[in-house]
Amino acid sequence: MKQGLDAPICLTWELTYACNLACVHCLSSSGQRDDRELSTEQAKAVLDELAALQVFYINIGGGEPMIRRDFFEIVEHSIANNIGVKFSTNGAFIDKKNAERLAAMDYLDIQISLDGTDAITNDAVRGEGSYDTAIRAMDNLKAAGFGQFKISVVVTRHNVDQLDAFKALADSYGAQLRITRLRPAGRGADTWDELHPTNAQQRQIYNWLLAHGENVLTGDSFFHLNAFGESLPGLNLCGAGRVVCLIDPIGDVYACPFVIHDTFKAGNVLEEGGFTHVWRESDLFTELREPQSAGACASCGAFDACQGGCMAAKFFTGLPLDGPDPECVTGHGEVLLPSVPVSLVPRPSMDHSKPVRTLIKSKVST
Amino acid sequence: MTVTLESACELHPQVAIRPEPFGALAYHYGNRRLVFLRHPDIVRVVKTMGEHPSLRDTFVAEGVAESRWPSFIEALSSLTTSEIILVLS
Repeated sequence: MKQGLDAPICLTWELTYACNLACVHCLSSSGQRDDRELSTEQAKAVLDELAALQVFYINIGGGEPMIRRDFFEIVEHSIANNIGVKFSTNGAFIDKKNAERLAAMDYLDIQISLDGTDAITNDAVRGEGSYDTAIRAMDNLKAAGFGQFKISVVVTRHNVDQLDAFKALADSYGAQLRITRLRPAGRGADTWDELHPTNAQQRQIYNWLLAHGENVLTGDSFFHLNAFGESLPGLNLCGAGRVVCLIDPIGDVYACPFVIHDTFKAGNVLEEGGFTHVWRESDLFTELREPQSAGACASCGAFDACQGGCMAAKFFTGLPLDGPDPECVTGHGEVLLPSVPVSLVPRPSMDHSKPVRTLIKSKVST
Repeated sequence: MTVTLESACELHPQVAIRPEPFGALAYHYGNRRLVFLRHPDIVRVVKTMGEHPSLRDTFVAEGVAESRWPSFIEALSSLTTSEIILVLS
């Protein structure tokens, strides 16, 4: 697996940088549409290529993917070509009519993002009203008979105590719970310090997953916690460029959804050779598939279990890629953080955040 | 479910197989399970098993050495759990 596959297993495709929300941990710093975003025809051509590669399913995200007027056209083209679709949404566009349309489709999975089991916890991260929006979408999906959708939670310092409540909420909808790790990517780079779980909370997440892991999805994102002992279910490795990649809204291909930065950009789907060339031949992906050095972690007994953790988490906190993860459970990463000069911490290469509105009082002339 | 040499099996109609350097990936569009088939021989067996009345006949037709049959039976049994393959009789 570490040598890579002929085509990705887990391909995330962010359809747009436009979003009605402005979550403080957004991995892609989304907000405003980019003029260069792929057209409907370009998007369909990419899907045709993925079908030829026998990509079984794609994870569609954004931004808010349903903002695109051709959202259904793209999804339907994908499914018609035997590429199943799982898409992440904040639910704002899942009204009764759209819920019924979605419920009528096969090979479609939906993930509703929710970061708190109450409005106060959720809205502090995802913005005012976003809790009610998500609940309304879930109600509409349930009423339309969609079946088992997913509730997708980014675990933070503030919602880690709600894991049981999230599970109960998911169960009450006949939904499946998915929890993932907070990454210091995009706007998350600015909020990670305040939001990421404490070391004691990491143990709490690990224990909770050991108890409930069979029925909870994680995107295999917590493998750094394996250093606590018994391995959690899933692929115990960083899949970046090996089994995973990201296509961003303008067609740029990155090693994973958490590293939207020039350092991890392998190419663009519109270039000659298309996505296939990028996946199979790009210098970056070739390099990522070579054996990686354990570096400073080589002498640590837990390395086999945690594999050094998440590349993106290290990169955006300014830590060396061949050393410990900033959330290394033995504390090896945490002690290094204060010594990283702020000037050496990489900034995201792109930012599509909406401009902060400043209210300027205009002088009223009479 | 455990299969035997006499079992007649076939690939689930909702399963697609994608060749990979190590063997193949099998994906079940119905239950969304993804399974690694870690040897080219097991890939050939899975692809052709529906054309034979029993696994024994499949192994013989595909030239699988008898010494490897027990491990193939074990691997195929685990594929019934994820419903990648169906046992017909």
